[in-house]
Amino acid sequence: MSTNGYTNWAVDLAEVGPIYPFQGYEVLMVIVGVVFWIGWHRIQFVREGEHLEKARHTGDAEKVKAQLERY
Amino acid sequence: MDGNLNALTTVFTEFYYWVTVVFMFLIHVGFCMYEVGASRARNHMHTLMKNIMIIPLVTVTFFFFGWWIYWAFPNFPFWGGLDAEAGSANLPWADTMATNLGDRITGVFWAAFLLFSWTAASIVSGSVIERIRSSALWVHAVMIGSVWWIIDAAWGWHYGGWMVRLLGYHDAYASGVIHAIAGGYALGVIMVLGPRLGKFAKDGTPRDIPPHNPWLLTIGIFLIYTGFWGFYAACNVPAISPEAIDGQITGVTWTATNIYLAPTTLSAITFNFLMSLSGGLMAAYVVSKGDAFWTFSGGLAGIITASAGNDLYHPIQAMIIAAIGVVIVYKLHYWVERRFKLDDAVGAVAVHGYAGFVGLVISGFVLWGVPSSPYEGYATINPVGQITGAVIMFFVLGFLPGWILAKIQSAAGVLRIPEEVELQGLDYAEHHAYEDAKAAIIAADKEELAARGVAAK
Repeated sequence: MSTNGYTNWAVDLAEVGPIYPFQGYEVLMVIVGVVFWIGWHRIQFVREGEHLEKARHTGDAEKVKAQLERY
Repeated sequence: MDGNLNALTTVFTEFYYWVTVVFMFLIHVGFCMYEVGASRARNHMHTLMKNIMIIPLVTVTFFFFGWWIYWAFPNFPFWGGLDAEAGSANLPWADTMATNLGDRITGVFWAAFLLFSWTAASIVSGSVIERIRSSALWVHAVMIGSVWWIIDAAWGWHYGGWMVRLLGYHDAYASGVIHAIAGGYALGVIMVLGPRLGKFAKDGTPRDIPPHNPWLLTIGIFLIYTGFWGFYAACNVPAISPEAIDGQITGVTWTATNIYLAPTTLSAITFNFLMSLSGGLMAAYVVSKGDAFWTFSGGLAGIITASAGNDLYHPIQAMIIAAIGVVIVYKLHYWVERRFKLDDAVGAVAVHGYAGFVGLVISGFVLWGVPSSPYEGYATINPVGQITGAVIMFFVLGFLPGWILAKIQSAAGVLRIPEEVELQGLDYAEHHAYEDAKAAIIAADKEELAARGVAAK
């Protein structure tokens, strides 16, 4: 049993094509990848929105002044 | 890989592009350093993170659809349908887009183009620092990096692209296909985004916002120069036979070619890269009266101006064209800033956008009548084709998509950070947490030391 179809390299390399595991499931892998990508944007977008809303109200005047002086 | 010569050529080509990719990584390092150096301390980490995350987001999307666009879109949508045959081997589920002993080069070509994609997105990132939401910029990064620039590459930076065929469009080292489009896109975004707080006085006079760390800027731009070498090399085919080109070239002499498979030499691009860098630096020094950062950026703008024709120019032509471009770019930057109250934080619109545009226009006159391609029936290089190409790159595929998406984001209230946060700095929460954590651990250590002192006694 082998996940990429080869159990040894006693082969003519001219006859060998893909050697990654789970060949035949490429479309499924792409769907998983796209979900991962879109999901990342969604998580980051929500978190940033919450963070900025919170940050609007947390600025201590003295500390903000110090930040401005710090440039 | 049948036959030793074929095997050697394949392995050499694999290695050649692989090295260019490593060099081009330095462009991104340079952009990160430049942006962080130009931003104020209270925004450092967000500025850095904003640019770093361009890398994975553009990479995965360029895998999912960007690379397919390049092969499927050369004539789409106005001059033919999608090229399904060429596109099919570059779809994300194709077995050639993976570990495959029958295809040794697709991944390396993909990466070489991908690094251009990072550059396009990173150019936009620089101009919007200190006030854009990261989430908004990252959507723009995906759009410019994996959609718009690669459409322009299919049209004007592909041996069969309709702009090359019908307009005689010639842009060997990407004055337009990377720089004009990214500068135009950045202009569209900053027009909607607005300037940083304090950038303009009440009477409209622009204020300089000096870089926080000039040394980071300096090293950053020198790394960009270095990476640009890799970029130039990546735009060439290093060694190919007339038989493989299958065009009009006769004889059996192998050659290096540009992206259009028209002949050039590595010697030519080395001469011209350095002479256009020099022309740009010298002109920028004079026109900016020795301003260090404009001088450095002028070197880059000089190369970008000459890049469209640097496969063919004489080195002295490259130098003069670079110098002319830099003077125009410098004057135009300040005119646009004053006239339209636009805040291009790192001068990206000018150095990339205006320089790329001007470079295309100049090349149309200097290279008038020169063949753009080795294939029969293609238009030769001409001013109308190059000016049309510059407008397509800067305005149609750059400015318009950037402006429209920014307008949508602005209407939804997700483009710009709140004013309170802009004033206190994007890193305020992190600085605050850092100071608190520092105070807590110092107090804990002192307590531990005191306890041990007591125990020792």
